[in-house]
Amino acid sequence: MLYAVLCYNSEDSVFSWSKQEEEAVMSKLIAAQEKMAKAGRLGPVARLMPTTAATTLRKDREPAVVIDGPFAETKEQLLGFYVVDCASLEEALDFARELGKANPGGAYEVRPLAVFRPGTLAQ
Amino acid sequence: MTDIAWIDAALTSARPRAVSALLRYFRNLDSAEEAFQNACLKALDSWPRNGPPRDPAAWLIMVGRNVGIDAARRQAKQQVLPDEDALSDLGDAEAEIADRLDESHYRDDILRLLFICCHPELPETQQIALALRIVSGLSVPQIARAFLVGESAMEQRITRAKARIAKADVPFETPGAPERAERLGVVARMIYLVFNEGYSATGGELPLRAPLCDEAIRLARLLLRLFQTEPEIMGLLALMLLQHARSAARFDEDGAIILLEDQDRALWNRPMIAEGLALIDKALRHRQPGPYQVQAAIAALHARAGRPEDTDWAQIELLYGTLERLVPSPVITLNRAVAVSKVQGPEAALAMIEPLAKDLAGYFYFFGVKGALLQQLGRNDEARTAFDRAIALANNAAEAAHIRTHLDRLQKDSAPADSTPAAEKV
Repeated sequence: MLYAVLCYNSEDSVFSWSKQEEEAVMSKLIAAQEKMAKAGRLGPVARLMPTTAATTLRKDREPAVVIDGPFAETKEQLLGFYVVDCASLEEALDFARELGKANPGGAYEVRPLAVFRPGTLAQ
Repeated sequence: MTDIAWIDAALTSARPRAVSALLRYFRNLDSAEEAFQNACLKALDSWPRNGPPRDPAAWLIMVGRNVGIDAARRQAKQQVLPDEDALSDLGDAEAEIADRLDESHYRDDILRLLFICCHPELPETQQIALALRIVSGLSVPQIARAFLVGESAMEQRITRAKARIAKADVPFETPGAPERAERLGVVARMIYLVFNEGYSATGGELPLRAPLCDEAIRLARLLLRLFQTEPEIMGLLALMLLQHARSAARFDEDGAIILLEDQDRALWNRPMIAEGLALIDKALRHRQPGPYQVQAAIAALHARAGRPEDTDWAQIELLYGTLERLVPSPVITLNRAVAVSKVQGPEAALAMIEPLAKDLAGYFYFFGVKGALLQQLGRNDEARTAFDRAIALANNAAEAAHIRTHLDRLQKDSAPADSTPAAEKV
């Protein structure tokens, strides 16, 4: 089963990490993915820019309106995601737990994929 | 770098966060400043002995708060003073201090401090000078240089501003939306000046002053979060990201300046550039051009060029023209002249800058540009005069050294290379 692991955290704190902290977290995150990657079960991985770079198209009215900023103003923001192939929810949660060790705070939402098309983007 | 230089830079970098947190505790600008000053004195005593704290700002907030509370108690004669050692030993308790401070508060604290400095009773020039002094802790000569005015005039401006703000009520409620939006422009400008203080750092102070750039970028992100639809704040953030992205490529190992066209573009920070470009895209959708957006668009054209020769100078000249109309200034005309020199050649550029000579008589870059244009035209004697003037006006050793490389090149051009003994070079 394919799962998306959606990363939520306070971007205020994430974007005030020092360069050293940032690098330490990133290398730990890469180590946490390694096992899945080696087993060929790690799909696309994305890190998102801060929500200040986001634009939202509200289409619940006619015509649709373009709004600066993220869709939802929340205390913790969607900052990135992974797609992994896991045998069970428990295994997907274990992967999230591994990631969680790399950086403090926030949450991972583990959500099974209904449709997955890997796309044709070059690396 | 000496202990004192390190401490000085660390205090400067920690200042916005520390003063604004202390203001939250004391609700009075004078008390907050005084508490910060006292904490700095303790730092000068403690840090060389105990080593630098892990989080200088947290250390200063905690010590400043305790000292300030002591001062208040002493005044009220209510309590016996705590042992001095209890304060100077704080270095050991850093981790605990950092944990106890609510990190999420500090940006709102800084924003409040910025707005207080931008008090409507103060003329804009005083607001900015005061904010630079109080929030950023820049020295009077530094602020004077940023504004192209004399030191005594700036000193006067700041003294007057402080006197007025001392009489005024400090607004502790966050300002309402219209009022806030009005002050936004002033705060944005202040933030950009903070950025420039970091960006203009050279040599040994570079690693310690560069955090000012990160601080300015963080402040702009916070402002943008509060004012999501303000294209000029997007422009401001984009501009700073695009400029800061080049920081690793701007100086060589000896601290000498590397010009944009000579920089190793592989050293440019790509994620920062990508974010800057994304913000410019967002901003331009609003079709409300402003100075930050235009400057960011210029920086974006440099960032997009894979090699210097791919730079779209014609477009850059047009953008500088727009900028001149939005905010007429001889410095912007000088910048447009550089673009003109790339598109039409040095002669046209030189003709453009001649009328600026009077306004920019004390401006380092004017003579640097003038000298380079004259050099390109083979007018070496005049170029040498201009470069000599530039060296006399240089703001730091790196700027002077950069101009000296031009002079060296002139020397080589006018005499057979190996007949010039190295020792005779300036």
